[in-house]
This record gives sequence, C-alpha cells and structure tokens, in this order.
Amino acid sequence: MKHLVLGNEALAQGAIDAGLSGVYAYPGTPSTEITEYIQRSKTAKSLGIHSTWSVNEKTAMEAALGMSYTGKRAMVVMKHVGLNVASDAFMNMAVSGINGGMVVVVADDPSMHSSQNEQDSRFYGKFAQIPILEPSNQQDAYNMMHYAFDLSEELQLPILLRMVTRLSHSRAGVVFKERRTQNGIQLPVDTKRFALIPAFARGQYKTLVDKKGLLIDSSEVSKFNKLELKDSNLGIICSGIAHNYVMENIGEESDYSVLKISQYPMPKDQIKALYDHCKMVLIVEEGYPFIEEILHDYFEENPKIIGKLSGDLPFTGELTPNIVGKALGLTKDITEELPDIVSSRPPQLCDGCGHTDIFNAINELIPEIGNKNVFGDIGCYALGALPPLNTINTLIDMGASITMAKGAADAGMENAIAVIGDSTFTHSGMTGLLDAVYENTPITVIISDNSAVAMTGAQDSSALGRLKSICLGIGVDPEHLKMVVPLKKNHNEIVEILRKEFKYKGVSVIIAQRACVRLSRDKKEEIKQKIASLT
Amino acid sequence: MNTNIILSGVGGQGILTIAAVLDTAALSENLNVKQSEVHGMSQRGGAVQSHVRISDDEIYSDLIPEGKADMILSVEPMELLRYIPYLKEGGWLITDSKPFENILDYPRKDKIYKQIKMHKNHIIINATSEAKKIGNSKAANMVLLGAASTLLPIPEESMTDAIKKLFERKSEKIVKLNLEAFAKGKELAQNFTEFVFCE
Repeated sequence: MKHLVLGNEALAQGAIDAGLSGVYAYPGTPSTEITEYIQRSKTAKSLGIHSTWSVNEKTAMEAALGMSYTGKRAMVVMKHVGLNVASDAFMNMAVSGINGGMVVVVADDPSMHSSQNEQDSRFYGKFAQIPILEPSNQQDAYNMMHYAFDLSEELQLPILLRMVTRLSHSRAGVVFKERRTQNGIQLPVDTKRFALIPAFARGQYKTLVDKKGLLIDSSEVSKFNKLELKDSNLGIICSGIAHNYVMENIGEESDYSVLKISQYPMPKDQIKALYDHCKMVLIVEEGYPFIEEILHDYFEENPKIIGKLSGDLPFTGELTPNIVGKALGLTKDITEELPDIVSSRPPQLCDGCGHTDIFNAINELIPEIGNKNVFGDIGCYALGALPPLNTINTLIDMGASITMAKGAADAGMENAIAVIGDSTFTHSGMTGLLDAVYENTPITVIISDNSAVAMTGAQDSSALGRLKSICLGIGVDPEHLKMVVPLKKNHNEIVEILRKEFKYKGVSVIIAQRACVRLSRDKKEEIKQKIASLT
Repeated sequence: MNTNIILSGVGGQGILTIAAVLDTAALSENLNVKQSEVHGMSQRGGAVQSHVRISDDEIYSDLIPEGKADMILSVEPMELLRYIPYLKEGGWLITDSKPFENILDYPRKDKIYKQIKMHKNHIIINATSEAKKIGNSKAANMVLLGAASTLLPIPEESMTDAIKKLFERKSEKIVKLNLEAFAKGKELAQNFTEFVFCE
C-alpha cells in the first residue's frame, strides 16, 4: 500500500521506522514538516520518541548528540541557514564521532523561497568530512533513513542528509517498510573520544581523516549511486532532485550515459568510468556547482565538463525541467508568454496582525528619530521591510537586530532600534541583549511577541510567558522594561512609550504581546493561561 | 496517460484542499501522483501554486515543465494568468471570476477576463458566490474542482469519495456542503457558454 506523503514526511516516517529515539529541531522552512510529522505520529508517541522543539539549532544538535552518546538513534533537523548556527557542534561531532546512529537533516532552499541565501549544505558535509546523502524522490527519502542510521553506526560518524525545497514540499505515494526496534542504552566503550581536549582531539581527527577511503568505498557500492554507460557523446552526472529533471527530459529508454549521485564523497571510479567513456560531460546539480568544481580544472579550461561554471546552466536559482532541457538541447520555445497585465503579489502581514500595530507606531515617530535606524530580524515581521510599511532596514540572521543596533549605537547612531520576535529572541537574541546591558548601550529593543513561531506555521514558542523574566534576569532596568498590547486602540499609548524610551540613553526593552491572529481561539486561550501562570 | 494540472491562487484560498482531493482520488485509482506545493512566506497573502501530476507511468519531475499543463485551475482570475506559460496548446483554463485584491496595482478586471477569453478552452464561473449560496463561500474551491471534474482522467466517484474522506473528520454537514459545491460546479461548467463581466 502506498501512503501519500510529502518528501519531508516520507523522511520522518523513515526515521521512525528505522528505530529513531528522538528528533531535535527548530522550525525553519523548508524543513519544518519533518518534526511536525513525528509530533503528530501516534506511533512515535506510543514509542516515546522525543520530538519537542528546541530553542535553536545548536541546542538541538547537541541534544541529539547527547542521545546518540547513550547509544540510541537520534536525528536533528533544520533549514540550511540553521546549520550555520549549529555548525560548532556539527564540525566537532565529526571529530568525536557518534555512538548511536545520528542523522543530520538539512533542507536547502534554492531560489530562496523563504530564506536569505542559497547556501549548499553539501559543502558542510565535505567540510566536516562525513558522508552525505541526497535523495531524489520521496521513496528515496524514506529508504535512505534506514540506510543512513545503519551507515552512521557502521562508520561511527554522523550522516548529513540534504533535502531541497522541491522535494521537501512535494507529495507522492510511498511504500513503508517494517519498523526496526529502538536501540537500548549502551554507553560508549571509551568516552575519551568525546572529550576533545587537544591531546585526544588530535588522535580523533587522524581517525576521521583515515576513514576517507572507507567513505569513498561506501559511495562506490552504494545502492543510491547508479552508473549506466551507453552513448559516448554526452554523458550526464546528476545528483539528488536534478536526476528527476534529467529523466523528465530524456526518458527511461534514452541512449545517454548517466551517473546518478546520491551518496558522497563522490564515487571516484564511477565518475572516472563515465568521464573516460564520454566526449562531453554535463553536470546537473541543485545548488552550487559542488561536483562540477571538483571535476573542472582550476582555470576552468577543461572543455569536456559543462554545467553551471560554463554557463550552460544558471548559477543562481533552482533548476526546472525546462532549464535542464535547454542545457540538453531538448526544450523548444515556450508556447505562450506571461501576459504583461499580471502584477506581482508579494506576501504580506495578515489583517489584524500585531506586528502592523508596532510598525505603525514606529513609523509615526520616524520624522522625530530619523530614517534608517530600525534593525529587523527573521520572522513574519520581516515583511515590515516591504511597502506599505517600509519600517525595517536590515534582516541578516536570527538575532542580528539587537547586535546590529548595538554596533550602530556604538558607532554613534542615535535612536538605534531593534525589532525582534519572541521566538527569534530566545533563539539568538538573548545573548546580544546581554552584550548591550553589559555596556548599557543606548538601544531600544522591541520584542514583538505573538507567542508563536508564526511564519513557519505557528509552532509553540519556548519564549511563551518568560520574556519579562528573561529580560529582568539579563539585567534590563525594570524602569525601562515596558509591556504593551499592540492593538489599534492602544496606538497613542504605544507611541508615547516608544518616544520616551527612544530618548533614554541606555537599554530599553518593550514587550508587545498579542497572540498571532492565525491561532485558533482555543490556542489563544491556552497562551493566555500559560502567561498568567508564569507571571 | 499523463495529466498535468496547475492549481493557483492566493495563500489561504484553499488550493491545497483541491490538491488533496485530486491526490487521494488518483491514488485510489492506483495511479501515480506527484504534487508539489508552497509552504512558508508566500502563504501570507502571496501568490501560491501547486503542481499536480497524475500518470499511469513513472513521474520524474515534481514540477510541470512549461508548455505541458493540461489545465490551470485557479481560485483567482489574475493568478490564473500568472501560470499561462505552463499551459500547453489547447489546454484548459478554469477559474473563479472573483478577484482577490490585496495589492495596489491590481489590473483592470475587464482586461483579465479578456485575456482568459482569448483561449478557446476556458470556464469562468462565480464560484465564491455560488458557494456562499450553498452555505459557505470557503467551498468555492470545491465548486471549481466540480467544474473541472469532467475534464480530468479520474472517475467522478473517486473524487467525491476523496471529498468524503477528507472532510469526514470535520462534520457530516461539511461533507455535504462540499459535495453540493462539487455538484454545483459540475453543473455550472456543463451549462457554461460565456462569461459576461459587469462592474
């Protein structure tokens, strides 16, 4: 029987069926549904699989490693930029190695549908010198979880599993296998390898480097890599989802020689066989030219290799069947052009959203405080950078609003303002606030608290009901910690408070709490009670 | 048999429910399905689309190639036009006539309808107002699916079974409402001759 599931859900079910004991994650498009699926799964619940959200990707990665340390199978899930946050733990657990199977799932977002960049996580896998798996379809995603956990335990290394938006958010029928039981607790034989003081780390790092041959051997025989040598004119190397676009164009019965790569490090012998067999090799991969850069010669003068570096495929944006068809010389012109009357329709804040009330209040004060001094952050309120609001000027990474405002204030900017959401604040804003408090930097931090991780689908925020005590604990002066309710009727009151706090030459924090308008009435009531119980 | 359908609209208008009915129905017919959808930022009032591919063969790409869609089914008329490059020659355009105007530079409506009517195979219906008459304007998506139903390679019964399956969690009343909406859409499409725009 086939189950209709998203690529993300196939992967999540695969993990459950592969004997998972816990998933750790922070929501982030396009990775969110993996953890949500496990949270909803009755099987996962009955098996006691951990699935509660973590505060950020770093805490998630470390908690997953802790579970692996005990001998159980753990998974950590994040979007591509989340791995930047978790990279300290990630790089070092490649050196320590793991105990119970450990899979790091990272969902990249080529074309930046919901992200700030197009970074390709395969580079992180190469950086850490661990195996990378890259499914090309939903069934692959399911099957790979069993394989990934086994491989992880066999090599004693974490495995990076790379997803991309179009696979994460595409449904297909998937066949599930039998479920394997969870591992019991079995602590490492020798814990020294997890204690990375230099003396131990040197030995561990050597062990990691020495595994390189084993990793390549594993890729050569992997059932997920497939070489078919046929015609010798144009060979194609394609990886992950790019394989689908190639097959869509050439079909099952084609004469092309094709190497599908879904496990890295790259299978050297298979690549050599294709390279020697063909006059030209087209490399089709979603993301950066990761394979191509390795095969291309440094001066990019190897005429035999074509792909993104040669300009046959675009460097930026995601691949499509048409783009790949064009590179293969197979796509004819588009039948009809986009009518010029069609206007773009960017996303916008919902009607009645509390963030809008905050932006309206700030905007009223712009003539007094000047332009270009509002620093923004990651979340729905990032839409405050767009018309008609045009309030925020920057959006770099989780938590950067507070620290950038601090740096600007240090440089002499007056009225440096940070706007940050509740969950983004606990994710990465708290430490920056301590920097500002420590120096009593003149900044105003507005925590626009909608009591949810709203942009990714209103997941629970671990900041709920704790913001005031966190700020006081960090050392914010109670005189300059203000609570407001962002509603139209409170507009004048909010403007007055902001005006006063903007003038204050020290750290002010304004917590503007009103639950996300998209939440159900029951959920809003639950939030109200939780806040009441904590204050 | 290969059928490619683009579903389009504005975040929150219910195109994923149409997709779910199509997927469930196709799977019950033992057909292969791939259906890509949009999650994340665009769901906040932005343009959203879903690619539904149904086939008795293996389906490779999750995305429909441009010029290969048999049908664009839209819950909003301008959003229909956004995906015109995907339409194959002679493909069908089916849409609700009701615009969703959450942007300042929304084009003139008569121009939108004119552009749609340039394609011989089109059906423009007042799905939202028909759904409202039945009991809830939110069922406009099922009116539109009903309108498309006779042009799809899936038996009607499989689609209505899928509607029952998907809505039974909510209530019997909601199942009935959506089935009525579906039937109404089918009827409107069968009787469709020309859409006349009046301001």
